[in-house]
Amino acid sequence: MSAWIEKLRTSWTGLLRSRSDGRSPAKAETQSGSRTLSPFWVMVQKEFGDHIRSWRFIILLSIVTLACIGSIYAAVTALKNGTNSANNSNNSSIGETFLFLRMFTESDGSLPNFLTFLSFLAPLIGIALGFDAVNSERNKGTLSRLMSQPIYRDDFLVAKFVAGLLLIAVVIFSLGFLVMGMGLFTIGFPPTPEEFWRVFVALVITTIYVGMWLNLSIFFSVRFRQSATSALSGIAVWIFFLVFYGMIVNLIGNLTLPGDLTDSKAYIDQQNNLLLLSRLSPAYLFQEAASTLLLPDVRTLNPFITQDQAYLAVNAPLSFGQSLLLIWPQVTAIVAETALVFAASYVTFMRQEIRSRS
Amino acid sequence: MVEPVIELAQLTKKYGDFTAVNKLDLSIRPGEIFGLLGPNGAGKTTTILMMLGLTEPDSGTATVCGVDATRNPMQVKRRVGYMPDDVGFYEDRSGLDNLIYTARLNLIPEKEARERALELLKRVGLEAAAHKKVGAYSRGMRQRLGLADVLIKKPEVIILDEPTLGIDPEGVRELLVLIRDLSRNEGLTVLLSSHHLHQVQQICDRVGIFVRGQLIAVGDLDELTRQLETKANYKVEMDLAGWSPELEEALKRIDTVIEVGLTESDALTGGAAPANASAAGGKYVTVRVISGSDVTPQLASTVVGHGASLYGLRPVRYGLDDIYHRYFEGGESRERVD
Repeated sequence: MSAWIEKLRTSWTGLLRSRSDGRSPAKAETQSGSRTLSPFWVMVQKEFGDHIRSWRFIILLSIVTLACIGSIYAAVTALKNGTNSANNSNNSSIGETFLFLRMFTESDGSLPNFLTFLSFLAPLIGIALGFDAVNSERNKGTLSRLMSQPIYRDDFLVAKFVAGLLLIAVVIFSLGFLVMGMGLFTIGFPPTPEEFWRVFVALVITTIYVGMWLNLSIFFSVRFRQSATSALSGIAVWIFFLVFYGMIVNLIGNLTLPGDLTDSKAYIDQQNNLLLLSRLSPAYLFQEAASTLLLPDVRTLNPFITQDQAYLAVNAPLSFGQSLLLIWPQVTAIVAETALVFAASYVTFMRQEIRSRS
Repeated sequence: MVEPVIELAQLTKKYGDFTAVNKLDLSIRPGEIFGLLGPNGAGKTTTILMMLGLTEPDSGTATVCGVDATRNPMQVKRRVGYMPDDVGFYEDRSGLDNLIYTARLNLIPEKEARERALELLKRVGLEAAAHKKVGAYSRGMRQRLGLADVLIKKPEVIILDEPTLGIDPEGVRELLVLIRDLSRNEGLTVLLSSHHLHQVQQICDRVGIFVRGQLIAVGDLDELTRQLETKANYKVEMDLAGWSPELEEALKRIDTVIEVGLTESDALTGGAAPANASAAGGKYVTVRVISGSDVTPQLASTVVGHGASLYGLRPVRYGLDDIYHRYFEGGESRERVD
């Protein structure tokens, strides 16, 4: 692992150097030219270009854009119809303070809000960009040709991931800023710096989250020779975590419910275990992280188990720093899951033999 | 003795119980065209992959350009161009783009890469299709693009895996001429693997016959022929009308004649006489006579003496085809040529 980080660093510094003073990068040996990118960045460039030109990406982008426009429309209608809707009647002050953020979380009921849309559709972008990353090259016979060039094998895999991640970042950020801009335009209410940073960090987390799905689908594309199989497996995992995982956790919750409900210790333990189980799902982690950032009045991610807890809780929004602190474990967990999946695909890929079209 | 460009020593690769390459020793001299001949599944591609460091051998070493390919695949890959069989390109990019991409992966600056790519496309006769998408290329065009792709990094050695697979005869001829020119004019070492004997025969300086993971014979065509001819043999084929058992007997009685048999004139079968050859063959039958000495004149006079008409008489030289056939036809025949 450290080997490729080192390599990444050299190629990155090489890139910087070639940009800044026009000298050849570290790896470029004695090539005459001045602006030679390292093979890694050449691959990233090419992958990025391929993605942008592909129909798949255009279709996905239009779906996601439509969803966002729909959600923003719903949010704006909701905001116009009255700022004091049911879900913030108990603390109207927050609703007014963070009016701008509510564009991302509010809806008039006709369509899901932006956050829900994003958490639902974003994994799809990741899966769509990665599901045929490696196996299509293998099937087209380009992989063996590529591997006979002087490039590191891991560079190829990392380039696939980095190109996808860059593209995802571009898409997520442009969508996020588009929604912000449109909101600004329609409701005419400028965001405070805090609101801006909250949205910004939420977008960063979304990118990481989608990166995890990208990695998962790259893993499937390494593992399965048929791109259809790998796409289906990716979608299966996606649907599993989005739909069934919550149900399964509920089921387990019902089964393990302690017989004696007055035994608060046992009850709390059981609830904690359930929460831990839920938090294995990247979708759940993302949901927690993003909603904490976009809803400042979320003070804790653990549900109130007793009446006293709910009654005694302080009813005021968290500061940005505190919200960030609250979701830090979630973000770490998503990054860790990404790293795990990447390690899996890395190991699988390095062990595979590369032959033409087989 | 010049330092060999490619040197394999006791190279072995196993897949489970199956031994794909078994203790292979091979050295290829600079500037020569070496043909690796063998049937499908003989381990040719595996050997090539080990030369490039794409597959790790179980034992033995592969040294290419003085570099251990297993330990330092990067250095080898910089100096060796490899065209896989059934070479693939990015179909939605133009041929030129594909070449430039390869060049840039080899750290060639973009401007130079473009110039070189255009020059190479011209050389392989694809300048008109340079900006067409590879998806629209024909099989032969792809193969030529593959050659350009191999050459763009200015390699010292090129390895071509089944370069003539699936192209028409004229395309094959052009490709082979191109390969030979490259080797002769630029001193490139070429290793090509094939199971197409005739093609390989035309341009290879030396060939190695590779069966079941083992190199069973190496040498130029003459050497291989001589290896085969140690046991016998003169072989003569006659086209004649009026074939009869008596004639067959008479022929067999000639001194040193070992075997007389009917054969198909297309030489598809290795000498076994088909029962219906005379019936289906129409005008005349082809008879193959194998003898320990040159008995061609006696054969001719015997045939004429029996009242049969002789349409053709030709001594059969061992072509690569026969060599190939002899080596592949099974264990005992291989021992015979040893």
